[in-house]
Amino acid sequence: MTPVEQTLLTALVPIITELDVSRARQEATAIAAAHGFSKPAAYRMATAISELGNNIVFHAGEPGEIRLRVLRADGRLGLEAVAEDRGRGIDDVALAMLDGYSTGGGLGCGLPGCRRLVDEFEISSAPGKGACVKVRLWI
Amino acid sequence: MRIPILRLGEILLAPIQSDITDEQAMQLQAEILKLLEITTARGVVLDISALDVVDSYMARILTDTARMARLMGGEVVISGMNPTVAIALIEMGRELINVATALNLEQAVDALKARLSSFDDHDGIATGRSVSHGG
Repeated sequence: MTPVEQTLLTALVPIITELDVSRARQEATAIAAAHGFSKPAAYRMATAISELGNNIVFHAGEPGEIRLRVLRADGRLGLEAVAEDRGRGIDDVALAMLDGYSTGGGLGCGLPGCRRLVDEFEISSAPGKGACVKVRLWI
Repeated sequence: MRIPILRLGEILLAPIQSDITDEQAMQLQAEILKLLEITTARGVVLDISALDVVDSYMARILTDTARMARLMGGEVVISGMNPTVAIALIEMGRELINVATALNLEQAVDALKARLSSFDDHDGIATGRSVSHGG
């Protein structure tokens, strides 16, 4: 059974250029600090957001957005980021989640690395249909 | 906005800021390589103490710049990585940055000076030295 989630705060950052990614990162760090997340947790989330945001800028080929949310579920406080675009999508999600696989630009550890940084990680994508990645960190 | 490259004798210092874009990174790479070619500089310090976040893209930029400079016969040290970056890089996995590092700018400069003078003791032929960094 999914616990009831209570949303405490939301923020939306449109992602078009690299500077938008930097904005999303700063926003997330500020929100994390304001809600009592530890510094390592805040920067783990910031790094994940950086990764996902840069994926939109360099791979999607279309603008996207990052939605941030502070939520409470089961008495725990969580920070969520959803990176979504309507770009070219990922041909093979399983392949993209493998360490060392890259279609260019990165080191081939972006998505799998991102998954290791957070507590929850969900990805959905299809060729030509964009990509949506949801990550969460809990206190 | 350009990233400044300072020169200290045979050493080039480049303080990297957090919102460096791809374009600025390319420009920085090109300028460092050019300076290695046309000046007597042989060592490069990439100072990342201003960075709170290093994702795989930034890691790629740092690693590439270091590799290119090394290929030309220069020596590169990355200095000032802060704890949050080290934690995230290790958690993301593997050796994201496979480059010599130093705790701070001062130690980076000292380490480079020591390395450069040890090359001088061994007749200074760049290709003759062992390169311990894998790739």
